[in-house]
Amino acid sequence: MRELSGHGESSGLDEVAGGSWISNWLDSRTGYRALVRSALYERVPGGARWRYVWGSTLVFAFMTQVITGLVLWASYSASAQTAWESVYYIQYEMTGGWLLRGLHHVMAQAMVVLLALHVMQVVIDGAYRAPREVNFWLGLVLMMLVLGMALTGYLLPWDQKGYWATRVATNLAGLVPLVGPSIQQLVVGGPDYGHHTLTRFFALHAGFLPATLVIFLVLHLTLFRKHGLHAKQPITKPDAMFWPDQVLKDAVAMLAVMAVVLGVILMPALRAILAGEPIVPGHLGAELGAPADPSEPYAAARPEWYFLFLFQFLKVFEGWGATGEFLGAIVVPGATLGIMFLMPIFGQWKLGHRFNIVFTIAILAGAGLLTAMALHEDYYALWADRSAFADVEELIESTGGDEDKIFAALGHDKEKLDVFTNRREKLEAIRRSEAFLVAVKQAARDSDRAVELAGRPEKIPPTGALSLVRSDPLSQGPKLFAQHCQSCHAHIDPSAENAEEVFAKSSAANLFEFGGESWVRGLLDPKRVGGAAYFGNTAHKEGDMVSFVCEDFTDEDEWKQDDKEAVIFTLVAESGLLQGTGRKGTGRKKVIKRGQELIANTDRCGSCHPYRDNETELGYAPDLNGWGSEEWLVGIITDPTHQRFYPDTNDRMPRFGVASEGGLQALSNKQIKLVSQWLRGSWYRPAVHNQANSDRDHL
Amino acid sequence: MTEQLSEDSAEQETRRRSFLAGVVAVLCGGLATLPPVVAAVWSFLDPLQRSSGAATFLPLTDLTNVPADGQPRQFPVIADRVDAWTGFQAEPIGAVYVKRDEGTDRVEVLSATCPHAGCFVELDNAAGCFRCPCHNSSFTLDGGIVAPSPSPRSMDSLECEVSKAGAVSVKWQNFYTGIEDKVAKK
Repeated sequence: MRELSGHGESSGLDEVAGGSWISNWLDSRTGYRALVRSALYERVPGGARWRYVWGSTLVFAFMTQVITGLVLWASYSASAQTAWESVYYIQYEMTGGWLLRGLHHVMAQAMVVLLALHVMQVVIDGAYRAPREVNFWLGLVLMMLVLGMALTGYLLPWDQKGYWATRVATNLAGLVPLVGPSIQQLVVGGPDYGHHTLTRFFALHAGFLPATLVIFLVLHLTLFRKHGLHAKQPITKPDAMFWPDQVLKDAVAMLAVMAVVLGVILMPALRAILAGEPIVPGHLGAELGAPADPSEPYAAARPEWYFLFLFQFLKVFEGWGATGEFLGAIVVPGATLGIMFLMPIFGQWKLGHRFNIVFTIAILAGAGLLTAMALHEDYYALWADRSAFADVEELIESTGGDEDKIFAALGHDKEKLDVFTNRREKLEAIRRSEAFLVAVKQAARDSDRAVELAGRPEKIPPTGALSLVRSDPLSQGPKLFAQHCQSCHAHIDPSAENAEEVFAKSSAANLFEFGGESWVRGLLDPKRVGGAAYFGNTAHKEGDMVSFVCEDFTDEDEWKQDDKEAVIFTLVAESGLLQGTGRKGTGRKKVIKRGQELIANTDRCGSCHPYRDNETELGYAPDLNGWGSEEWLVGIITDPTHQRFYPDTNDRMPRFGVASEGGLQALSNKQIKLVSQWLRGSWYRPAVHNQANSDRDHL
Repeated sequence: MTEQLSEDSAEQETRRRSFLAGVVAVLCGGLATLPPVVAAVWSFLDPLQRSSGAATFLPLTDLTNVPADGQPRQFPVIADRVDAWTGFQAEPIGAVYVKRDEGTDRVEVLSATCPHAGCFVELDNAAGCFRCPCHNSSFTLDGGIVAPSPSPRSMDSLECEVSKAGAVSVKWQNFYTGIEDKVAKK
């Protein structure tokens, strides 16, 4: 039988003129020619048209995702300590990694757009009608699979953006009646987010969803071939073959899609070229935020732009409570999908088809509108003029926001109150937008810093990049300072425009560049020592230090200019912030020696301050040994009432490092060290920035 | 006639055999496939067996760090944590706001997790309220809803204890979001 069959095949092969013996042999064993013929020589009724390209571009986009995704997979490591780190490596260190990731990231977005176009084309052309109903349903399943891959892919870099967006998405999954909490726990991989959230999302993203998608795609294409292309009526042109006419149009469309994708990836490079700035390949393609940190708020949390409409939709149900949440997250999206599944049935009637078209356009327009609303809310402050609401702000401030007082201030005029309420809401919207924009900037700074730290010569430790960020004075210092110190201390450049305003509101010294030359000069300046930037708003306003600087230190007979300079120089030397100064060698040693003598002298600084071997007792004024150094700062933050600092005259400063029995310190020892290092400007700087950042050491 | 009968019975026999063969094939195939499917489903459902453990009181801060001025202050909740195969010691596992009203030692603790969709609620000192940056839910300094709000309930309060020595500890719990009732996760 086999022999016979073989003969039969070879007689068929004879018909292929010019076929090499290899291709003839291959065809006899595989029948590939028939496959290729059936794939390429499909009849296109009415000829090739541009409106038929969307399906092919989607297949092309998916193939791009498969190619780039597989290679990304080869470099990606799904765990809470390695996901961000491996993505960082792909983006910033791997050859061509930025392009690979950029293609994957931007093509995913292009795929969502192409999906919308494909669905719209199918519905408008009525291509879902008999006998193509099942294929339409398969298409809807494919759409959900693509959106599922977009959602799961967003988490994989394990950065703040993906982490917080996924928290919201998985919490919403928990709202499904009865099984919601179980679904949530299964997706998250346990009660908390961690390794198994990543491994599960990755298994979904790179395994289960694409495999299912391939199965459905094969079915989709098989049915597409079975029923043939649904031609747009009326047919005015002669039929053509899929190859080469339609393939040409498809290929041009694919090229256009790729051109747009590459354009999006390379846009920042073009901007950099136009601005004359260097191109950083790592900044092209896809963003990478700071590593995910569950304990760190992320006010810039937003889903990817194509899910913004769902995000905004939840706000529509303001005031509806849990019902609104359930409606917005489950019922309405579910019902919309349900109606889409019923479209082939509605489409049997002319009116039903019209309804389907109107419904699809309404859904897309609605999604577009909601996206625009979300963007408008977030970026409102960019074009809104806050100063136009100064009177509203003033009234709120003067009345403390009390409704009755505001009503009274408006002369109990209901109309005025309505206008005021309206303007107050606008002001609120501006403030929310401002907060968002600040958060976006902060997120960009955090991201840049995390990347900077990861790029250190020592590389990322096994504990992951988050441990680097958490041990970084530049990342943690400002946050800790804002939380624990800023209610009293200012930290602002005295030359800043609003500095005086900030000083006036603070109740303790400005700690900007504490320990550095400019700070010490201010401290020993009679015009400034009693001001709000130093002791002006403290219990020491009329203390011995202020009177010493204002009286004794200004006495030119007692304090020569060179001596004053020596004291300043020596104090800065004590703080260890003298690096990069002009004085070197013996000159420097001489000045410091002179300064040390003056400070230790019990007729001068040493009359109050213990220093070196001057035998002045601890407790009256702060110890100046190692003044301003990290060790000194750690000491005073830990316990300002310690003998070395202000045992009897401490002015409201909490003992941040002292806990009661069984309690916790307000700041851990590590946090105190971080604040101290930040205040002293002591943090890692990449080699290229060393020069620029050493400007503060300019004695 | 007899030939006809024997042909019929032979056909029936063939059908019976085919049916039995089909049943046995499905059974064998099904049984062969069962172990990997069972193992897969069994392992896949493992997260349902996991729990955060019973809520316990965790040391939070000292009373001296919570001035009696009615202003909430943010504190991290520090505890040992296990994430699948990794054990963390003294890690921040969440955050709370602690408030003490003027002239009292009574401390109130609110979870910083938004009861709407789980974002991190921030304190807006200028406006004197809490705000969630995700969907604009606003809360008073006591954690009450500022209407209209997408949040279905007030911020989640947490039980806390203050020892005689002034150590503040909190019973740390996570709650399901998006529902009106405050239901603790297990």
